[in-house]
Amino acid sequence: MSATLYIPRDASALAMGAERVLQAVTTEASRAGAEIRIVRNGSRGMLWLEPLVEVATPAGRIAYGPVQPRDVAGLFAAGFLRGAAHPLRLGKVEDMPYFARQDRLTFARVGEIDPLSLDDYRTHGGLRGLTRALEMSAVEIVRTVTDSGLRGRGGAAFPAGIKWKTALDAQSTQKYIVCNADEGDSGTFSDRMLMEGDPFVLIEGMLIAALAVGATQGFIYLRCEYPHAQSVLESALALAYANHLLGADVLGSGKRFDVQLRIGAGAYICGEETSLLDSLEGKRGQVRVKPPLPAIKGLFGKPTIINNVITLATVPLILERGADFYRDYGMGRSRGTLPLQLAGNIKHGGLVEKAFGLTLRELLHDYGGGSASGRPIRAVQVGGPLGAYLPEAQFDTPIDYESFAGIKAMLGHGGIVAFDDTVDMAQQARFAMEFCAIESCGKCTPCRIGSTRGVEVIDRIIANQARSKNEILLRDLCETMRHGSLCAMGGLTPDPVLSALEHFPEDFRRQTTAVS
Amino acid sequence: MSHFLEIPSRAAQPVAADELTSAQTGILDAILTEHRKLAGALMPVLHAIQKALGYVPPAAVPRIAHELNLSRAEVHGVISFYHYFRQQPAGRHTIYMCRAEACQAMGARALEAYAKKKLGVEFHETTPDGAFTLEPVYCLGNCACSPSVLIDGELHGRVSAQRFDELLEEST
Repeated sequence: MSATLYIPRDASALAMGAERVLQAVTTEASRAGAEIRIVRNGSRGMLWLEPLVEVATPAGRIAYGPVQPRDVAGLFAAGFLRGAAHPLRLGKVEDMPYFARQDRLTFARVGEIDPLSLDDYRTHGGLRGLTRALEMSAVEIVRTVTDSGLRGRGGAAFPAGIKWKTALDAQSTQKYIVCNADEGDSGTFSDRMLMEGDPFVLIEGMLIAALAVGATQGFIYLRCEYPHAQSVLESALALAYANHLLGADVLGSGKRFDVQLRIGAGAYICGEETSLLDSLEGKRGQVRVKPPLPAIKGLFGKPTIINNVITLATVPLILERGADFYRDYGMGRSRGTLPLQLAGNIKHGGLVEKAFGLTLRELLHDYGGGSASGRPIRAVQVGGPLGAYLPEAQFDTPIDYESFAGIKAMLGHGGIVAFDDTVDMAQQARFAMEFCAIESCGKCTPCRIGSTRGVEVIDRIIANQARSKNEILLRDLCETMRHGSLCAMGGLTPDPVLSALEHFPEDFRRQTTAVS
Repeated sequence: MSHFLEIPSRAAQPVAADELTSAQTGILDAILTEHRKLAGALMPVLHAIQKALGYVPPAAVPRIAHELNLSRAEVHGVISFYHYFRQQPAGRHTIYMCRAEACQAMGARALEAYAKKKLGVEFHETTPDGAFTLEPVYCLGNCACSPSVLIDGELHGRVSAQRFDELLEEST
C-alpha cells in the first residue's frame, strides 16, 4: 500500500523551498524502500508554515510544517508516512484554529485537491454550478448572481449582477468574457493562489458568465509576474479542451465557449479594467473615458463582462447552492465572504477567507498573531498601494466596504499589509507618489504630472523646506488628483499620502533644522 | 548641403548597429506567421519574440509593424509602455527584486541597497561581466513571505542579505 503525500506547488510554497523538499522526500522514500504517491496541491493558505506537507492516513490528512530538506530524513525515521509524532507535526489542517475558523467558500478546494485533476474537481463539487446554469435561462442566471449580493472582488466592489444585466441587455452578435487576473496590488495573492490551487473553478465561472450573457469567447489577462499561475492555467485550459469543458460543444450542450490566456507585461495600470481591455487589443494600456461602460462597449468595441478572478470563481458556488446561501454570509451591503490576505510584517501571514464583518484587529491579532518582528504593529495598509494607511486607533473597523469608506479607506482586493513601529510613514507617503509616477498610464495630467510634483513636495516637507506652505500645497495637489484624474490610479493615490500625513504627522517632522 | 527636410535615401542612412541576424529574422517571421491571425496580436507577438531572443530588437519593429498592419510608432509605443519588454539583451541571469509595500515592511529597502552595492549596478543595469541584470518589480504575489526576489523564473521568499548572496552563488 503506497502512502499519498501532498507537497504544494503554490508559488509561495515553492519560494520557501517546496521543490527541494520534494526532491528530498523522493530520495528518502527510495532509500527507505517506501512506495509513495505525491500530489502537487495548492496551498492551504497558512503561508508561514510552507512548505506544508500532508500525509494521507486513515485518520485524515496529517500536516507537517514548515518542512525543510534537512528535516526529511527525521520525518521518515519518525514514521510520518503513518502520521506519527514529530516536532513539525501540526495535526489535521481542518482542526487548526487558523483554518477551522474560516468560511472557506470560494477557496473550499484550494490546497485540498490536485489542481490539474478534473476528476478531483468533480468529486469535490466542481461543475455542479455549471450544470445548474445549463438548465437555466440567461435571465435566471443573472438574477441569481444579482440576488446573491456578490460585488466585484477586484477592488471596486461594483455589484456583479448589475454588470452582467447590462451586458445581457446589450444587443450584439459578439460578446466577450474577460477575467482580470492582473493582480498587481502589493499584499494581495488570492487570485494567484486560486489560479494555482483550483483553476477549473475560474474556467467554470467564466463559462457561467458566458451562458448568462451569450458570449462565445473569453480571455484571461494574467500578469507576467505570475509564471507559476501561468503554467497551471495553460495546463488547465488544455485539459478543459480535451474534456469538452471548453470548445464547440460545452459538456454536450451544443454551446460554444473558448478561452485564451493572455499575458500582461508589468504595467500596474492594466489592472484597471479599461486599460486591461486596451492592452488585450494590443495597445498601450491606457485608461478609457467611461461611459461607454465595458458592458456595453468593451473589448474590440463589443459588450464585455470584465470581472476579477475571485468574482468569477465565486459564481459556480452561488449557482450550485443558490443566492440565499451566499447572501446569508456577511454584513450590511457586503454579502458573502472575502478572501483576505495577511501580508508584510505579520507573524502568521496567509489567506483568510471570512464572511464580512470581522474587525481588522481580529485579523491582525487572532489570525495574524501580531507582527513578525515582535514589535507593535504601527500601521496597516489595506487595499493595495492606493489604499489608506490605518493607525492602531482604527483597527476596530469591521471588514465591510461601507465601514471602510466611512473612514476614508477601502477594502480593495482584500490585501492587508502590516508595518511595525520602525516604519517611516513619510517615506511610505513618498513611495505612494513615486509608484504613481512610475505606473501612471500618462493619459490624464493630474496623475501623470501630479505624482511627480507630489514626490518633490513631500521631499521638501521631509527636508523642512517651508514645511507648512508645502503641506498646504500637498493637500491642494491631492485634491486635484482625487477629483481630476480619470481613474483610481491618480484618484486614490492621495489616500495613502493623506492618511499617512493625518495619522502620522510626526514622521514628516523628523528633520527639525530649518532648511532654506 | 541638403535641405533639412529632405529625406535621405535608404542607402545614405547609417546601417543600424542592431540589424537582425538571419537567425533572428527566421525566428521573427515564424512568430509573426503563427500569431498574425490572433485578435490583438501585438502583445503575444512581443512576448514570443522576447522569449525567443531575450529582448525585442529595435530592428524588428518595422517588420512587426508591417505584418500586423500597424505603424512603427504604435509598435514602439507598446514596447516602451510596458516595463517587462526589453529593447536590449539582459545579462545571463535576470533578478527581479520586489519594491512593493509588503516587501518594504520586511526590509526590502535595505535589501535593495545591499543588492545594488553587491552587484555594483542600479536598477535596469547589467553587471560588467554580463552575469546579472537587476530589475525592480512591483509585487510577485509572495507578500506573506517577503521580501521576495524572482531569479530566472524561480521565486524566493524571506530573502535576507545572506540568502541573496547564496542565490547569486547558486545562479553562477
